[in-house]
Amino acid sequence: MSYLTPYTVIFYIFAAITVLSAAFVVFTRNVIYSAFALLFTFFGAAALYVFLSADFIAVTQVVVYVGGILVLLLFGVMFTNSIMNAKPKSDVLHIVPGTLLLLAMIGALLYTFYTTHSWMPSETMLQGSIVERIGFETMSRYVLPFEMASILLLAALIGAAFLARFDKPANHE
Amino acid sequence: MEQLATIGLNHYLTISAILLCLGLFAVMTRKNAIVILMGVELILNAANINFLAFSKYNGSMQGVMFSLFVIVLAAAEAAIALAIVINIFKIFKSVDVSSIDSLKE
Repeated sequence: MSYLTPYTVIFYIFAAITVLSAAFVVFTRNVIYSAFALLFTFFGAAALYVFLSADFIAVTQVVVYVGGILVLLLFGVMFTNSIMNAKPKSDVLHIVPGTLLLLAMIGALLYTFYTTHSWMPSETMLQGSIVERIGFETMSRYVLPFEMASILLLAALIGAAFLARFDKPANHE
Repeated sequence: MEQLATIGLNHYLTISAILLCLGLFAVMTRKNAIVILMGVELILNAANINFLAFSKYNGSMQGVMFSLFVIVLAAAEAAIALAIVINIFKIFKSVDVSSIDSLKE
């Protein structure tokens, strides 16, 4: 009657990493610490995706979030806090209603999950690698969203480059 | 105890709910615009965990594809938001969202 299989233990370790580092992101006052704790949250979430047999999404998470978004956020932190300022603090406001809302929402959601009837999983759960199925779905049913995502990314690229460039002609007038 | 031993849908939903609430807390209480962006990323990750969990236990591919598009949108959103934050910093010399209160220079 042993409850602790390696699968369960590893799942709980990654769940703890995800939740605790997310809590650290939110509760620490130092912006740099927040950014680096977010790294562990993204890695923990990627590990949870592997548990959900979405291996391709896990790799995409590591590449896009850790390699792209986190670097962008760190760049933003470095850019908007002067290097001389040794402690880039972030002030808080509405701390009491925020905490109340946090606890109330977690309580309400978990109460709903655990007191209503249990879920009925399908007979055919996703098993093994799904990379091949993602390829088929992308090129058949989801080909229009796929192309639209490319247009959106191009627009976002041009827009971000336009917004962030240094010498706007309008600023010299 | 048995519910703790076998990993089911409720475990993933619990993690996702906690991440969502922490992200909302960051968006509500922080003044620094970059930490607010981090809160938004936490919320998007929570949504992704939900999509993938329901997709696995449903046996269909819809949630997986949707989470892929969520990641694409999150990347675009982060790039645009950082550009806006850098512009705000250039104009107001601060990224404190409670001190940014004018629409015109």
